[in-house]
Amino acid sequence: MQNDVTSLQGSAARRPTTMKVFLRRKSTVAFFLALPLIILVTALVIYPALFSMYLATLNKSMERFVGLDNFVFLFKRETFWMVVKQSCLFAVTAVLFKAAIGFMLAHFVHTIPAKGQRKWRGMLLIPWVIPPAMSTLGWFWLFDPTYSALNWIFVRIGMDPVNWLGDPFWARFSVILVNVWYGAPFFLIMYLAALKSVPEQLFEAASIDGANWWQKIWYITLPMMRNIISITVLFSLIVTFSNFDIVRILTSGGPVDQTHVFATWAFNLGIQGNDIPLGASVSLFMLPILGIAAIFILRGVNKRGNEA
Amino acid sequence: MSQHSIAANSSVVPVQRSMQRSRRWALLWSYFFLVLFSIFFLMPPLYMLITSLKDSGEISAVTNPWWVNRPTFDNYLALFRSNDYLTFFRNSSVIAVIVVIVTMLISIPAAFSLSRMKFWGSTTLATGVFLTYLVPDTLLFIPLFKIFAFINQLTGIELINHWWALIIIYPTLTVPFATWILIAYFASIPKELDEAALIDGAGYFQMLTKIFIPVAIPGIIAAMIFAFTVAWSQFLYPLAFTTSTDQLVLPVGIVTTLIKGDVYNWGQIMAGALLGAAPPLVIYAFLMDYYIAGLTAGATKG
Repeated sequence: MQNDVTSLQGSAARRPTTMKVFLRRKSTVAFFLALPLIILVTALVIYPALFSMYLATLNKSMERFVGLDNFVFLFKRETFWMVVKQSCLFAVTAVLFKAAIGFMLAHFVHTIPAKGQRKWRGMLLIPWVIPPAMSTLGWFWLFDPTYSALNWIFVRIGMDPVNWLGDPFWARFSVILVNVWYGAPFFLIMYLAALKSVPEQLFEAASIDGANWWQKIWYITLPMMRNIISITVLFSLIVTFSNFDIVRILTSGGPVDQTHVFATWAFNLGIQGNDIPLGASVSLFMLPILGIAAIFILRGVNKRGNEA
Repeated sequence: MSQHSIAANSSVVPVQRSMQRSRRWALLWSYFFLVLFSIFFLMPPLYMLITSLKDSGEISAVTNPWWVNRPTFDNYLALFRSNDYLTFFRNSSVIAVIVVIVTMLISIPAAFSLSRMKFWGSTTLATGVFLTYLVPDTLLFIPLFKIFAFINQLTGIELINHWWALIIIYPTLTVPFATWILIAYFASIPKELDEAALIDGAGYFQMLTKIFIPVAIPGIIAAMIFAFTVAWSQFLYPLAFTTSTDQLVLPVGIVTTLIKGDVYNWGQIMAGALLGAAPPLVIYAFLMDYYIAGLTAGATKG
């Protein structure tokens, strides 16, 4: 008995020091395990992002500090305001359609018997799996001015052929269409996963109470999926707003800069036009929307974490 | 009594019948729209396949574009014999495989550290990792271009127009999300397991290799698939940083070299694009569940 007590006291006395050593070792080990990640992120993401802000304050030959002159120059150009308008139009319209189509398709897949769901889901995700540069080439060929296979169908059913990439309105329509085609499957997968987690009893109870499908969506599905919907929409907004591949391959910004978004215009100015500071200034305009969306996403993610 | 039960029945049966009927309508509409959207979603790849099986004569003749009259594999054979195309394919494959390995070497220890072992600032770092994932490549390519030029001035190492330089910058696109997926998987492993391992005298390295990696294999596969598809389909960085034909990767190579001036060889372009899309599609076909798990992991676990 006496022995037991002393041994207990002994271990209690020893514990703080060993614990401290142990913790210290653990945190150092942990730090070194995360070090490659920290170096990568600092050297190749944070540093370039800050460097971009510095670049934006230089003149074209990058010898002289010009302050905000690049931005003043941009504000005076009509093309810049066109790019702002087109970027917003492109991102907002595309995300709305992607979310709406994804939401609808998720419901349709969820409605059919469980046996066939895998097959349909697998088929509908294919646009997302193909590298966008490759599938956009396919669309480019579908939109071809002389051999457009879409126009061939249109003429067959008695409609006028469309000048897909040559007419400003249709060119804008086309880049959004391709973006929706590419991105909607992502929403489908996310919403389908979220739908599966909504308890089936809720819908059954609502059916017995005589709720129609619209009421079920409005009063059950939407509230239950609110969080996932906001996260996917914000996330997609960032990705769509900074899109490059589709616009670059489909129209290269044409006709007459009408379909340029920030990324493609920055590429034209910075890499092809050799005016790196001006290109950097243009690409920096993606930051505000990015920051705002990121704040809301983080809030959503944290809320989710607290609920769980 | 009997009247009562009849009344009850007559009110239940119509409800059931109407529910059955509405269920049938819901099914019908669901299938209708699923077929409609499947046509829309599969139309471009299908048309690419149709075009890739035609020779130039049939493409330029005004026939039904949706039908192949004289199917031929010439376009594919021409690509297999083309040195340029094989170089693109090799560059893309080597880059993608190395990027997957590098991503795993960075992400697995980092995710282990951030999900299980705390150190000063580790929670902030976890949030920061997620934020870096949101920083798009379109914001970074211009400063990176300039940084590469500086490195050349300082050390004489030329990073512009070398395909291997892409291996250095691709991990910035893959590591944050891969780490994010893995943190979610590691966090779901019960704490009792690592306590048991610690009691048995296992070190951190053994804990990682003997417990965390084997248990989180599905998450690791999902992260690898993600890293591979990102590295394979990246378009902006190679377009900005590489120009010589022998340094290009697939997406850029097809867009810039097969489209020569105004002479488009559409059959060959479509064959090249389809072959370029094949590796991700094959991976998807065989590992669909892992692919989808990786997609949803980012949002389902915060």
